[in-house]
Formats: sequence, C-alpha cells, structure tokens
Amino acid sequence: MKYCLTLDRLLIKGGRIVNDDQSFCADIYMEDGLIKQIGDNLIVPGGVKTIEANGKMVIPGGIDIHTHFQMPYRGTTTVDDFTQGSKAALAGGTTMIVDHVIPEPGSSLIEAYDQWRQWADEKACCDYSLHVDVTHWNDSVKQEVNTLIKDKGVNSFQVYMAYKDYYQMSNSELYEIFTFLAENGGIAQVHAENGEIIAEEQARMLQMGITGPEGHVLSRPEELEAEAVFRAITIASQTNCPLYVTRVMSKSAADIISQARKKGNVVFGEPITASLGTDGTHYWSKNWAKAASFVTSPPLSPDPTTPDYLNTLLASGDLNVTGSAHCTFSVAQKAIGKDDFTQIPEGVNGVEERMALIWDKAVVRTGKMDENMFVAVTSTNAAKILNLYPRKGRIAVGSDADLVIWDSDSVHTITAKTHNSAAEYNVFEGMELRGAPLVVICQGKIVLEDGTMHATSGVGRFIPCSPFPDFAYKRVKARKQLAVLRAVPRGMYDGPVSEFSPMSRGGTPSASARTSPTKQPVRNLHQSGFSLAGPPTPDDIPIRPAGRRIVVPPGGRSNITSLS
Amino acid sequence: CTAMQGLQNSDRLLIKGAKIVNDDQSFCADIYMEDGVIKQIGENLIVPGGVKTIDAHGRMLMPGGIDVHTRFQMPDRGMTSADDFYQGTRAALAGGTTMIIDHVVPEPGVSLMSAFDQWREWADSKSCCDYSLHVDITEWHKGIQEEMETLVKDHGVNSFLVYLAYKDVFQLTDSQVYEVFGVIRDLGAIAQVHAENGDIVAEEQRRILEQGITGPEGHVLSRPEEVEAEAVNRSVTVANQTNCPLYITKVMSKSAADVIAQARKKGTVVYGEPITASLGTDGSHYWSKNWAKAAAYVTSPPLSPDPTTPDYLNSLLSCGDLQVTGSAHCPFNTSQRAVGKDDFSLIPEGVNGTEERMSLIWDKCVVTGKMDENQFVAVTSTNAAKIFNLYPRKGRISVGSDADLVLWDPDITKIISAKSHNSTVEYNIFEGTEVRGGPLVVISQGKIVLEDGNLHTTEGSGRYVARKPFPDYVYKRIKARSRLAELRGVPRGLYDGPVCEVSVTPKTMTPASSAKTSPAKQPSQPVRNLHQSGFSLSGAQIDDNVPRRNTQRIVAPPGGRANITSLG
Repeated sequence: MKYCLTLDRLLIKGGRIVNDDQSFCADIYMEDGLIKQIGDNLIVPGGVKTIEANGKMVIPGGIDIHTHFQMPYRGTTTVDDFTQGSKAALAGGTTMIVDHVIPEPGSSLIEAYDQWRQWADEKACCDYSLHVDVTHWNDSVKQEVNTLIKDKGVNSFQVYMAYKDYYQMSNSELYEIFTFLAENGGIAQVHAENGEIIAEEQARMLQMGITGPEGHVLSRPEELEAEAVFRAITIASQTNCPLYVTRVMSKSAADIISQARKKGNVVFGEPITASLGTDGTHYWSKNWAKAASFVTSPPLSPDPTTPDYLNTLLASGDLNVTGSAHCTFSVAQKAIGKDDFTQIPEGVNGVEERMALIWDKAVVRTGKMDENMFVAVTSTNAAKILNLYPRKGRIAVGSDADLVIWDSDSVHTITAKTHNSAAEYNVFEGMELRGAPLVVICQGKIVLEDGTMHATSGVGRFIPCSPFPDFAYKRVKARKQLAVLRAVPRGMYDGPVSEFSPMSRGGTPSASARTSPTKQPVRNLHQSGFSLAGPPTPDDIPIRPAGRRIVVPPGGRSNITSLS
Repeated sequence: CTAMQGLQNSDRLLIKGAKIVNDDQSFCADIYMEDGVIKQIGENLIVPGGVKTIDAHGRMLMPGGIDVHTRFQMPDRGMTSADDFYQGTRAALAGGTTMIIDHVVPEPGVSLMSAFDQWREWADSKSCCDYSLHVDITEWHKGIQEEMETLVKDHGVNSFLVYLAYKDVFQLTDSQVYEVFGVIRDLGAIAQVHAENGDIVAEEQRRILEQGITGPEGHVLSRPEEVEAEAVNRSVTVANQTNCPLYITKVMSKSAADVIAQARKKGTVVYGEPITASLGTDGSHYWSKNWAKAAAYVTSPPLSPDPTTPDYLNSLLSCGDLQVTGSAHCPFNTSQRAVGKDDFSLIPEGVNGTEERMSLIWDKCVVTGKMDENQFVAVTSTNAAKIFNLYPRKGRISVGSDADLVLWDPDITKIISAKSHNSTVEYNIFEGTEVRGGPLVVISQGKIVLEDGNLHTTEGSGRYVARKPFPDYVYKRIKARSRLAELRGVPRGLYDGPVCEVSVTPKTMTPASSAKTSPAKQPSQPVRNLHQSGFSLSGAQIDDNVPRRNTQRIVAPPGGRANITSLG
C-alpha cells in the first residue's frame, strides 16, 4: 500500500531546524501527524514524500494566541469565519490559533463554549484552542469556569476592564476572579483599558461634534491603557495570580508590564500584529472607510515610534508572545458607526501577516532578535503559557508535525487584493515585507506549497489546555508556600472602650455579599527584603536608639573627598 | 498712640540680629512687626520707642510652619478625635507651626455647606493660630457641584479631597472622580486624593479577618503599599485626562512616592504630601505585642513595614519630587482605639504629628545634609502657601506678610515622649526619638506664643484665612495646556456606501453612561496632555490614497550602532 501514501508520511531533508533554544541541521520524518524521527540518514519507509529544504530554516508552526473568527456582533458576524480565518493563518505560517469565546453577559459560559466548538470543529483548517471570556461574574459563572478548567480543556479566561455597563468588571470582581483562577491553575487575561474614563471621554468627544474614527483614538488615550495594566498587575499581585495582558498597543502599557516583570510579577504581554506593524495616524485619514478599518481597542497609538518600540521589547523578552486579535469587519459593517465612532465595530486583520511582519521588523531589517527568539515569540512561548508545550511550539520527536519551511529572503507586498481575508481593507496595505513561509505543514500534511493552499475545512482539532502550566505556575506555587500570614499573639485588651455608634465607617470588610473564594494567604514577599510575619523589636525599649545615626547624604559621599 | 507706648506688649515687636531664612535665600536683618503684619525689614530700622525687642543673636528666623493636613476634633462614629482645635493648634504652635489647614469631612448625606459652617464654628471658637479648610467630597451629585462653587466663590475654599478608599462610605468611582476633577479644574481649585484602592482593601480586610488575624497588624496586611501606588497611578491618569492639578495627601510608601516622581517627570501637575509619620517612623510597630501601642499607629494608608521608607521619602522631599508636608494629625486615645480591639477594621484611624513635624524634618533632612535651611522652609511652609494660594501673605518673611515667625534653634535636642507632648493622647508614635532642632520663639499674628519653653496661646484667636482660586503656582501651566489642546474632527465627505443592518441591542460602550449631566460646562475647553508627545493629534493625513511604507526605512538596531565599528 505504500504507494498510496501521500501526505501522511513526510520527510524533510536538509533543513536547518530552528527551535527557541538552538538551531541545527537535520532531517525530519513525520507520520500520522507526529514527528517520528530527527537526525541524519534516517531510516524511513520507501516511497515517502520528500521535501528538499536545501538548508532553509524549518521552524515550529506559528501559534496565533488571539483570534476572533466568526465572532457574532449585534446580529452580524465578522467576515472571516473559521475556514477563511484559519486559511489566512496557514497562508502566513501559523498552524494553530486560539480563539476567544465571548458569552453574552448573563448567558452560560458552557453554552457559548459549545457553540464555538461546533463552529470551529466544522470549519477550522488547523488545530485550535479556546480562551473563554468572563463577561459577568457570580457563583454559577464560577462553577462554569471550574467545569471548563476541569473537563473542557480551557485554562485561560479573559476579563474586561473596559466596555462599561457591558463587559466591564469592577475591581472587586477582578479580585475574586483572579483569586479563583489562581486556585484552579488558570491564566487571567485582561483587556486593559479604563472603561469608566473612556465612557466620559466618548461623551465629551461626541459633544464636541467629533464623530469620525479619530474620535475613537481621542477618547481612548494610551494613558488609560497603561492605567488599567497597572491596576490589573496590582490585583494579580495581591491574589498571586498569573496575568496575561492581551493587545499591548502602546509604549506606556508595555513599559508598565516590563517594570512589573522587573519587580518579579508573573505577567505576560501580548502585542499584536497591528501594534507591531502600524500606527494610529490612519484614524485621521480623509477616507472614512480606511480610517474605520483601523478601529480596534485599545486603539493603535498615534505615536509613530510605537511599533519599533514594541518590537524592541518583544526582542528583549519584556513582552513574550504575539497574537493578531484578527477580527475583521466589512466596510458596510464598519459603517454602522458612520455617524458615531462609538458604534464602529472593532477589530483589525493580522493573522496572515503576523509571522512575516515580525520577521521583517524584528529579525531581518533590524537585527533586534535572532531566529530562535523569533520562534519563541511566534510559537514556543504561547505553547508554554497554554500548557501545550512541547506538543506544540517545538520541533522534537513526539511533537505535532506542525512545521514551516521559512524563506527568509522572499519579498512580498501586503495588499487587500491578494490577502486571504474577506475584508476589503488591510491595515498593512502597501507594506513590503521580507520573509515568508515556503512550505507549511499542518498535522503532518502539506497545506501550502509553491504558493498554493491545500487547506481542508473541518480537519482542525480542538487541543485541550490543562491547568497549572509550569511556565507560569512554578513561581506562583513557590510564592504561595512562602507567604503564610500569622497574627501577633497578644493578651486580650481589657482596658476601657469608648462608646460609639455602630454605623459603618471606613472599610466595610464584607463589601461583597458573596463569600470570598480565597483560602490561601498570598503576599508578594519576593519584592521586599523584610518579613511581614516576622516578630518586631521588643516593645519596652525606646524605638529609636537615642544616639545619632550616621546617614549617608543623598547622592552618596563621593564629592566629600574632593571638598576637603 | 505713641503716648501708650509704655503699654505696648505683643502688638509691636522688633527682632534684632536675625538670619532671615526664606525658601530662596538667607540674609541678616532686623525685622519689625505691628498689628500682626511685618512692617519693616532691614538694618537700623526706625521703630517706635519702647517696643518689645527680641535679640536673635544671629539665629535663624523663618516663616512659621504651615501644617497642610490636620484633622482636629474629627467626628468618627459618635466619637471625636482626641485633640480639638485648642489642643491641636497649641501642639502645632509648640512645634513651630503657625497655621494649619484642617479637613472638613461631611458625612455622606450632609451638605458641604453645613459641614463647612460646623467646622468654622469649632475652629473659630477654639483655634489658637490661623487656619484654613479643605473640604472633602464624600459623595457626588449635582447639588455637591453647586456647593463647591459656592465654597470657592464665597467662602475661600480652593481645595477638595476625594477618597479612592473607604468603599461604600466615602469612596467615589473613577467616573465620579473624573467629573469631580472637571469641576475642580473649572473652579480653579486643587484636587486632593486619598489614594488607596478601596475595593481591594475591602477584599483583603475580609480575607485577613477570615484567617483569624484581628489585631492591628491586620490593618497593614490588608492595605499593602501596592494598593496605595495603584490608586496614585489611577488618580494621576484621571488628572491628566481632565487637565486638573492633583495633590496626593499622605504619601506613605516608596512605591506611591515613585509613581508621583515619575508622573512629574512626564509633566503631570501633581504634588505629593508625605506626613510626619511617614517621614519619621515605620510600620513595624503594627506587630507590637502591646495592643494599645500597635493600635496607636493605625492610619491610612498605613505606615510601611519597610524600615527604609522614611529615609527614602526624606530624600524625595529634599530633591523636590515631593513638595509639601503635613501631619494628618488625628490621634485617638486608647479607649477610642479599643472600639476595634476584636477587629482591626474598626480601629479609628489617625496618628499624631503636628507638634513633631518641623523638628523631625530638620533632624532627618537638614542635620543629615539632605536639604539646606531654605529647602526646609520650602517644604514646611512656602510650598504649601504657594499651592493653596496663601503666598506671600503666608510662607514668606517680607514686608506686608503676616507676622507668623519662628526663631529656630538648630542645635537644641529633645527626646519625643507622650509624657511631655501637647497632644492629649497616651501614645506618641515617635516615642523615644531624639530630634535635633526646634523652635526657640514662636510668633503668631505678631504675638509671642512660645518663649522660654512656655506657651502663651489664646483660645479662639485663630482667624479663618480665605484662599482664592487659580493659584498661579499651579494654574499657570494648567491654563497654558487648556489653550493648547484643541481637538478638531477630520473634515470628510459623507460616507454613502452600504451600511450593514444590525439588531438594536446596544454594543459595547455606552457613551452617555452617567445619568447625571456631565458637569463640565465648557465643552469648548478640551484638554489633552499634549506636552508629553512630540506629534500632533489633530494632523490630517495627506497621503491617504497613497500606499504607505513601500520604501525601506533604515532603522537603528536596539542599543544603537556603537559596536558596529568595532565589529567591522
């Protein structure tokens, strides 16, 4: 039967294998969608299809950690469904996508999850996983989150700090959700923007008569993104929950993430194709449809130095992972907001362009990162965060045969005329990029060769993500053990007590009617050199020694010698 | 009245041979004052005969301190903080502070005006030194806005404090804070913020109590400094959006101070107020085995358990990243604290510090060489006067200024103790601290109130000092930015293509979120923080039909090109 074998057995000869840690030359043999052998002079069945890589790079297929395919929106749906979207992904060298399930507030998370599974199972051309967005919060949602983690293969949940009166969560709710996720091994994702201030600013813009797409970015300045990132980090740190900031769009938001990482917070930042590749000056385009095609939240920054800055932070490891947040609408759909920018449906393209764009901006034209780092930020880190590693994100024996032969020199110009998305506009229109996939192999089958797609709807499998990914949770667990709080043992106070009226004052300890899900005390002890639980100095001694302390003057003593 | 000169006592006063210290310079001169006002400064002054004369012997004479933050006789659940306006201002004067600014705290539901009148009445009858009043905004609706206008226009209030903590009591939402800041900016006042994330504090309090931690250590454990820094960051963001000057009260931690310092470097108009307690002690005492002592340190935001905090805050005060100091003096006695003996969240909050403020800063900052005497005057008096529009009547020694002066002895040492302090409470949080530097003579309204260690204060002699809006020190920049930041829509033809049909359910955002009308009455005054960016937000794109970026740009690699030559 061996001559019937076509795509199930495949040999790549003479490739340079690029993982996130090293590159080396070897042949790869795969069978039934898995990598079976790596090495030289492999013994493989006769008649197997062989691809000559001619020394080109073979990299793990990209993982686009953030897509919104076929997303329902006020009775319509984004123009790229799971077929169209995953085809575009494959065309760009991405062999797995992670889509967001968005339950309507008030509806069941599980039902929404089932709906998305059904859509994706029918149509996806590549493997996929799902994040579930938590758009409201109560005990039954908590139960559903628990079920999703335990039985449904979901380990990441997004909450919104924007979209006031709709998706937006209060700080107390964030605290409770983060606490719950930390206990159950989930990753807390946040859409970080201050929705309260945005609502005020939107009202102000509209009052001033600014109704076009420029109002979108004017009402969502990057400070509001940075503020929300800061707040989310504070809450995650309090609850000892790993945090993942989706769509890092501005320099200030990225700075907050990198500062927090330097202080030891477990936080990951996800810039998207759009923020790495273009900027928000287009919101001022005279062409309404073009300006509207850039509308996404948080918005693209009008500061044109932003993409370069984010690429640098991605290269340095301050940002870790890239998605596209691909969520495309037609011009007619965007035109719902033609008289009011707040009504423009939000989302940009980017699933197809992601890999080539990062290669172009960060590797080939600037030398910001090497090919190994490129693999890390386009694939491996995502697999680690989602607990899919090393099945995904690595070329190793036993891993899925999702591979890309990468042509580092081919040059192409992005245009809506040739892209695989159904949208009329492409936010990267006219950009010339160096680097592209030559061959894409998904589940051990060739899906792109000689510029021709051979994708099949419905072959994509749901890949369950298990909780407590080591990449995030090793540190979280260690901190949990460290941070045990103890009360001070004291005798009972038995002195006089003032009369007081029992009206509530100050902090109301039981602010939320729900019981706190917290059981484990957690505290960010790694940030401080002193113990919060440690016994203090004895009490009867004067606190400060009466003698003078020697204090170093600010700026140090360096110029004291030069003065003397 | 020359016939009466033999009877002159404190209304006319001459200080000879002083080294006058203002925030900008020090110089030697005599100074003559009459009717509570400085009349002459110079040498060989011609003064009426028989005037009382103090010989300064070259000692420093500085503007009396201004304690920008006190809470004397503050009501709390039917109790009142232990020091009333008489005891509180006596303690202030004993420490060299000749003016205090107290906080009016209206119970939610009570009108600002009636609370303000109540505080005026209390202070007018008891205060021994001049005073002014901040008004706290403890709830938000249209009526409050009108009262704020009245307070600014007719009652000399130019500062309002909002709370980001005390959930379900004083706490305002971000939207409300945005609206309040808009009103404050239009009125020309200063937005003060109590910065702690009250939502998180409430969650943490419950968690700590659930674990059986009920003592004062639970207070600090439930209010970690990150929660303070977060709220500072958030209020800076809202202040930038509204182009409103911001003032953070009670800066208690390094991280909160860092956020302020960073924001100032980015151009935000923000001021930070560390207090005597955060400059002089730390939060390790919350773990004291003596409950009453531990409880005496309870204040919010709490003292940081990090013992390096005071030194750090003193350094930032010295370099100008923090500008002004108060005491937040609001002590309760032990039986009052004991209301929270079984639950730290019920312990009334506040510490002492109005008497110790000047000496403590002198000791920690001047004696150590962090700051000079002029900067000392700036952070204890002048900056406060400038921010709150009292300058140069207060905060400066010059002809025409109020005769509120302190003759300072830089070498006197004393050990702070509850046994000898002027406050009525049993504990002093600085107990046992030895400080160098203190007032020798204190003159308030031209009268000697402290001499030879004896206080000669008069209950009710303190005057209410009205403050005008739009202090230059703050508002020059705010006004310039208001003018700069004009937003324009892009002129476009009408979109006339196809439009998708949609169901009517509202999407994501609700622009008219707040049912109340936005109190920002001048929509023609758009504000934006343009000074932070080099690009224009209103520039139209000329090249919109031309494909962009079709040429390769030359991009410098990160880290610059420095080692390219060494490689080549």
